[in-house]
Amino acid sequence: MKEYTYSEKKDTRSGFGAGLHELGKSNLEVVALCADLTGSLKMDAFKKDFPERFFQVGIAEANMMGLAAGMTIGGKIPFTGTFANFSTGRVYDQIRQSIAYSGKNVKICASHAGLTLGEDGATHQILEDIGMMRMLPHMTVINPCDYNQTKAATIAIAEYEGPVYLRFGRPSVPNFTPADQKFEIGKAVMLNEGTDVTIIATGHLVWKAILAGKMLADKGISAEIINIHTIKPLDNEAVLASVRKTKCVVTAEEHNRFGGLGDSVAQVLGTNFPAPQEYVATNDTFGESGTPEELMVKYGLTENDIVAAAERAISRKQ
Amino acid sequence: MNPHNKSIEELKDIASQVRRDIVRMVHAVNSGHPGGSLGCTDYFVSLYFKVMNYSTDFKMDGKGEDLFFLSNGHISPVWYSTLARAGFFDVKELATFRKIDSRLQGHPATEEGLEGIRVASGSLGQGLSVALGAAQTKKLNNDNSLVYVLMGDGEVEEGQVWEAAMYAAHHKIDNVIATIDRNGQQIDGSTNEVMSLGDLKAKFEAFGWHVLEANGNSFETLLPAFDEAKKSTGHGKPVMIMMDTEMGYGVDFMMGSHKWHGVAPNDEQLQIALQQLAVQVASDY
Ligand SMILES: Cc1ncc(C[n+]2csc(CCOP(=O)(O)OP(=O)(O)O)c2C)c(N)n1
Ligand SMILES: [Mg+2]
Repeated sequence: MKEYTYSEKKDTRSGFGAGLHELGKSNLEVVALCADLTGSLKMDAFKKDFPERFFQVGIAEANMMGLAAGMTIGGKIPFTGTFANFSTGRVYDQIRQSIAYSGKNVKICASHAGLTLGEDGATHQILEDIGMMRMLPHMTVINPCDYNQTKAATIAIAEYEGPVYLRFGRPSVPNFTPADQKFEIGKAVMLNEGTDVTIIATGHLVWKAILAGKMLADKGISAEIINIHTIKPLDNEAVLASVRKTKCVVTAEEHNRFGGLGDSVAQVLGTNFPAPQEYVATNDTFGESGTPEELMVKYGLTENDIVAAAERAISRKQ
Repeated sequence: MNPHNKSIEELKDIASQVRRDIVRMVHAVNSGHPGGSLGCTDYFVSLYFKVMNYSTDFKMDGKGEDLFFLSNGHISPVWYSTLARAGFFDVKELATFRKIDSRLQGHPATEEGLEGIRVASGSLGQGLSVALGAAQTKKLNNDNSLVYVLMGDGEVEEGQVWEAAMYAAHHKIDNVIATIDRNGQQIDGSTNEVMSLGDLKAKFEAFGWHVLEANGNSFETLLPAFDEAKKSTGHGKPVMIMMDTEMGYGVDFMMGSHKWHGVAPNDEQLQIALQQLAVQVASDY
């Protein structure tokens, strides 16, 4: 079993900010738009060093999506920045018509996704965004797991032609993936090989899946741990190869059980290789105020929940 | 009838108490929005202790009562404190603000059944539409009480506000008194730096509204403005009070910039703030 360690906890949004700043230097076509959340999105460095390519749109997310779509005409690569709720639900039709259907090269960068936004509560804690975005034809959906991976993803999506939804979060989390990683859109990352159960996690739940893997090993259970940073297009081959071996799966995500990673995996398995699956996800509920840690416990998104789900999945194997 | 109907002197004391609650609430959880809350305290205290006709025996439908909607939901601390002080629920509950399992969510919500709240807010730009809908229902019900709604000035950058503004005039919704908290600040800086609002009074007038202006940090000008606003209802036009406030009003180091929009004071800053917010009969929760 591979050991994963980290020297530092960092927020994924800062990974986005750092990646965007690097793009400012390396890719002159990259422009950034923000809806009165420059500090929260960590876009200040880009704004400071590339002021002529930074556009403050005020509290007007719908306008921002339209502007971004327009800016692609003539070759710019717009990165929009606001909270995940205001990046998706608020502007779904603007994204749908002006960006996705029109095939525009806009990178929708969404911070403060999920419960770990914490005290602001349910109005801001979107748990449906992966579902909404993955339902859109042409849309790529990415939810990296730590600072380094978010930075790498930010840089990688500038090279990819087409609309992308990049989801990240507010709190500091273990920064354990390599700083020099190559980010391949649509390619699952094998974190640990195992034989008894596959655990497929995305975003903040990836580190918890690693912790769960250790706890399961202590119980004599061999878990295969896969980081799915790209939910769409899903790495079907990786999912199927693993579940063919382990014969059962747990999916883990900071998202409603409807429409997210779990459903994406279930769809692949159901049509190719039906196998017992357990979801670690929120259960068709809105969130609430609280500290990120308290909320993850209350809504069942901890390593303990992953362990329990793995045991249930294993017990259901034929 | 307003259940309290306080004098200006009493309102001032209540406002100080509400401001103490605000800084203590956000300090306790190291999160929340003191700036706009402090700036709008005199507005809330005026509404609930003088201006609005309502019962503290809360009913969602509010038939025969004036209704209030908070569109800029991030200033929930001032609303929660005012509601508790006005008698909707126990002031002790203010200590649960933003904590897990609380009815006092970071942004106002109805799911937990907190008395006084009729719709969730927090995602900006939606409250005026809701208030207009409620005002039209009052008309359909032959209920001639009024609907009040507060918005932030940064908030009016949202297009939906202007959709609602146009609708209100077209449908002659003259039983609504909307207010914009014109503090000139939002998250990334002043409204001038972030998104020039131009002449908001002229803009709303051009949209067919009857617009008054008032200093929102002086009961002496705010109360007459409410009187005039009430008199202006029923004349075929929606009514707006363009209310100038100072973000962070009452705590000197929180005033004069956008910096305290959404930052909580530390222990030392809390003590300084509380010293500046004296009350005759202190009754902190
Ligand atoms: C739709 C939406 N976009 C962005 C935000 C994030 N946000 C919360 S408050 C705020 C600034 C609001 O400015 P203003 O209305 O002037 O309130 P003030 O800062 O004066 O209290 C922003 C951008 C939000 N809550 N909703
Ligand atoms: Mg403002």
